[in-house]
Amino acid sequence: MCLVAEIYLDNSATTRPFDEVIELHSRIQKENYGNPSSSHARGVAAEKLLNESRRSIALLLKCREEEIYFTSGGTEANNLALKGAAYRRRRRGNHIITTQIEHPSVLNCCRKLEEEGFKVTFLPVDRQGYIDLDQLSRALRNETILVSTIHVNNEIGTIQPVEKIGALIKSRNPQTLYHVDGVQSFAKIPAAVHRWQADLYSCSAHKIHGPKGAGALWVRKGVTLQPLFQGGDQERALRPGTENTAAVAGFGLAARLSVAHMEESAAQLYRLKEKLCRGLHKAGVEFYVNGPPPEEAAPHIINLSFPGIKAEVLLRILEEEDIYASPGSACHSRRPDPSHVLAAIGLDEEKLSGSLRFSFSTFNNEGEIDRVVERIASGVRELRMLAGTD
Amino acid sequence: MTAAILVRYGEIALKGKNRMFFEKTLLENIKFALKGLGARVVRMHGRLLIMGAADEEEEITRRLSRVFGVVSVSSVETAPLDLEAIKEKALEIMERSLLPGDSFKVEARRSNKSFPLTSPELNRIIGGAILEKYPRLKVDLENPSFQLFIEVGAREAYIYHDHVAGPGGLPVGSSGRALLLLSGGIDSPVAGWMAMKRGLRLEALHFHSYPFTGLRSREKVIDLCRILSRYGGKMQLHLVNVAGIQKEIRASCPAALGIILLRRMMMRIAGQISRSRGLQALVTGESLGQVASQTLESMIAIDSVTSMLILRPLLGMDKHEIVALAEKTGTYEISIRPYEDCCTLFLPRHPATRPRLEKVVQAEAALDAGGLTAAALENMETMLIED
Repeated sequence: MCLVAEIYLDNSATTRPFDEVIELHSRIQKENYGNPSSSHARGVAAEKLLNESRRSIALLLKCREEEIYFTSGGTEANNLALKGAAYRRRRRGNHIITTQIEHPSVLNCCRKLEEEGFKVTFLPVDRQGYIDLDQLSRALRNETILVSTIHVNNEIGTIQPVEKIGALIKSRNPQTLYHVDGVQSFAKIPAAVHRWQADLYSCSAHKIHGPKGAGALWVRKGVTLQPLFQGGDQERALRPGTENTAAVAGFGLAARLSVAHMEESAAQLYRLKEKLCRGLHKAGVEFYVNGPPPEEAAPHIINLSFPGIKAEVLLRILEEEDIYASPGSACHSRRPDPSHVLAAIGLDEEKLSGSLRFSFSTFNNEGEIDRVVERIASGVRELRMLAGTD
Repeated sequence: MTAAILVRYGEIALKGKNRMFFEKTLLENIKFALKGLGARVVRMHGRLLIMGAADEEEEITRRLSRVFGVVSVSSVETAPLDLEAIKEKALEIMERSLLPGDSFKVEARRSNKSFPLTSPELNRIIGGAILEKYPRLKVDLENPSFQLFIEVGAREAYIYHDHVAGPGGLPVGSSGRALLLLSGGIDSPVAGWMAMKRGLRLEALHFHSYPFTGLRSREKVIDLCRILSRYGGKMQLHLVNVAGIQKEIRASCPAALGIILLRRMMMRIAGQISRSRGLQALVTGESLGQVASQTLESMIAIDSVTSMLILRPLLGMDKHEIVALAEKTGTYEISIRPYEDCCTLFLPRHPATRPRLEKVVQAEAALDAGGLTAAALENMETMLIED
């Protein structure tokens, strides 16, 4: 029997956990279910797991262990960063700067803060998704308490020049906090929170082959945030609630496993992207790359438009062959309105509706790309034929 | 604490010879609807009595309100067959529910003829006792604002004052079996509901066009079936992919006739499924003149491919009436979910609104209708849906 394996190219949405992570996760649930706050041996063992994981994340970010606060995931880390900073610094100023291509967890936090009286500047981006430093410079004011930018955009893979952004912010006012949403960059490209002069950095486990339900916020020592919840004193009372020990431990392991081969992995992912583009080109498929050139974007993300093709239909044609990608951004697929990121980089209607995101992981290989190219080529051919006879 | 709920079923009592069958069907449907609640159903003369736990009374009443054939339900007090006991319960109910300004009437019904008092005597005695306690209360036999009912049964008497209207109609299954053509839209689930209301037991057939339509529109149809099964019991859902047929039509036939040709193919498929499953009619959600495919000409062109009886329960309804019913039955929220159920890729810019049958038949000659039908049926999926 010949079973063709699935080809999962939606790694920006979520990733398949490493086998080691799954094993660790279930072992902890079975054997090490203690509450880290308990004083008995079970509790101590559980607390140790948390601290090991904290060490792994800190190692990756080159920061102190006690600067890592575990959360339920990226969305909570972003909420804690933005609201926690804004509420805490309300008396110092009420202006926040972010970009038009943030993840909804940042965008909607900013909109909420706007409703509560904060002023928010949403910086536009160019056709490749980069913000303009001059525009940022003009937007910075005395009352600016926080700047939040996404590091790697989840839809088009643009890597913001975080080091230049951080330098600009701090040169204007060292008191202004800088938050980097690193959910798509963590363990994929090097992080250097100190070099960037950042104060806050969010990341998430399930984007790096870890379990769902764990994330972290790095908070520079000395920066204080207002907690979102009131409760016990877990995570030094910044994030109360019994810790998700198994997921947090899985997060640490996933980070260790990812970082061990980060450079090779990036090279592999760039090769896959390039192979996809070259293959489509050779097969005579008409397509455009949305966002920066593939070699300039993050290693694992590429967004392509097939003009005149409805992305959903092409996706399902791929899905029939067990190939999974995403239209624009997975979070939007239930809403008919186009992705705010693709709109922000100025895509026209045709390219918007024909846009697909492929996001890779080290589980993917070149043989898979051959099959994907073949299926896209035949699918596009078929759809063009059907559309052409009207 | 037990609660007693009296169920009235009007229309089926009129059906003479078939009455036994109708009552049996209704009883089965009620038992099915109350599954898992631990309620007991007792047959009485021309009525059913449901005995259940007091804290489940609300849920029992809600579920009964979805059983076709039920005309109304009442929460009743039970009393032993003893005049004083009946009087006591009657006064209790008055005490609890009487509003200032009410006029009243007592209406007794004695199905147990061995009870020593006749209905008029009961009316008089209980009415007298009420007046004695509430001397200023007015009796109004014509148009009372408060009615007290007394039913004298074989072992107990039941006393109550209000009715909650049931859905009416006929018990599902008492009129036969039919196949509902279920799209993801607003209309067809309502058509199914109306067919069930007149006693049809339904199986559902959904046409999809994967990969041109998505998996979520399929979930939508499954959810719609789940709602319909609350009214009609477990439901078979058949899923047929017509993507191949659409492609074939697109390749070989004039674009303007695409929709009508697809619908003719769907009717052929529906007809075959019905025949092989012993279903007696097709039910569709079409209403006259709403869109291109719902003109008389279109319907004629569509119907002519099958000899099956095609029922269109919504034919006489306006859109807002259909929407109101969809909201009432609970299908509306599901129907308006945004997943496309017909791929726009295959929608011609100018569909023919009044296609002539000869033209349609002529265009169809390019298709292997039998072969396409067989191929579509070969890949049919069937699942049993239950809420």
